[in-house]
Amino acid sequence: MCRDCGCSLGPAAQRAPLAAAPSVPGKTETIEVITAILDENDRIAAHNRGHFDGHGVLALNLMSSPGAGKTSLLEATIRALDGKLKVAVIEGDLATENDADRIRACGVPAVQITTGNACHLDAQMVHDALDRLPLADLDVLFIENVGNLVCPASFDLGQHRNVTLLSVPEGDDKPAKYPVMFRAADLSLITKTDLLAYITEFKLERAHAALRQIGFQGETIELSNRGGDGFTAWLAWLEREVTSQRERAARGETAKPSIQPEGASAHAAGHRPSR
Amino acid sequence: MHELSVCQALIGQVERVARENGARSVVAITIAVGPLSGVEAGLLEHAYPVAAAGTLAEHATLTIETVPVRVRCRSCGAETGAQPNRLVCGACDDWQVDVIAGEEMLLTRVEIETEPAPVH
Repeated sequence: MCRDCGCSLGPAAQRAPLAAAPSVPGKTETIEVITAILDENDRIAAHNRGHFDGHGVLALNLMSSPGAGKTSLLEATIRALDGKLKVAVIEGDLATENDADRIRACGVPAVQITTGNACHLDAQMVHDALDRLPLADLDVLFIENVGNLVCPASFDLGQHRNVTLLSVPEGDDKPAKYPVMFRAADLSLITKTDLLAYITEFKLERAHAALRQIGFQGETIELSNRGGDGFTAWLAWLEREVTSQRERAARGETAKPSIQPEGASAHAAGHRPSR
Repeated sequence: MHELSVCQALIGQVERVARENGARSVVAITIAVGPLSGVEAGLLEHAYPVAAAGTLAEHATLTIETVPVRVRCRSCGAETGAQPNRLVCGACDDWQVDVIAGEEMLLTRVEIETEPAPVH
């Protein structure tokens, strides 16, 4: 156990090294360093967050499996807002401009990031995309991450809030299967609730229980893009967050998602190497 | 499979530490990884040689210390172990807990070679 803060960074199950060094080394020295492996990404993410805050823009990271309805939600949201909030979208996909085209068809700016085979967006990709967006004219920037319930959760992009989508056809046990992703959410949206009548295996109470079991402590909204109380609640959440972000930015403050893979780097801050 | 990206970031950190300390090469690297970090130790091991190729750490061994999940209960105050998909208090079963370990994705130790082995 660590003497400084009592965390459990002691020796644990050690794995055998992959391959032995080719020869007997000469004089060696061991350096104790405790830094977040993704320190460089975190640094760029903080820089992005600075850009957003400088313009009072709320940045939201949307994460879900492919097909949970991220782009459809954005289309419906942009139409419902009808210019009330100024929106732009960064779209992350392995290939195609399809999603950015769909967003542009709604009349708002969109930048497509095609990641090739990369399974997630990182802070540098988002930073490069920011050059192509009119940040000064925006209220909210949606970053639609690559559809994937694993990898995107590990990379801070500079967003203020994480929003995850769980769609009814996926099944109510998805949070139990992908705990890291769903736990990272500030807002969990259960989408396509208009299908609940057909997909009777999906039980809302089981989805809520699964979220609780993985330590999700944010807000949950059940909604259908076709409208209704849930969709209204989503728009209200969005407006509330935009207002909070403006107020924070005016005070020179910022916000991060309540749970970041960054527990790690926050922890490391107290352990900066002395040398 | 974002472990390759994570390994590339790791090698970047290791090379920085190695250069700052005048290393000729890196002999060994130790990292600490918790299940809630979202990376898999086995996949990191597979990705590591690819990321390390052609760097100061090309021949370094990688040791991964796995950090078990631990939670502190907000109701009863107990600190107990927990499963990543069942983050509840092991003592009273309450789900209002704070995670105190298991999110780590840290570089903890770098062993470097500063002088060559003597020639016999």
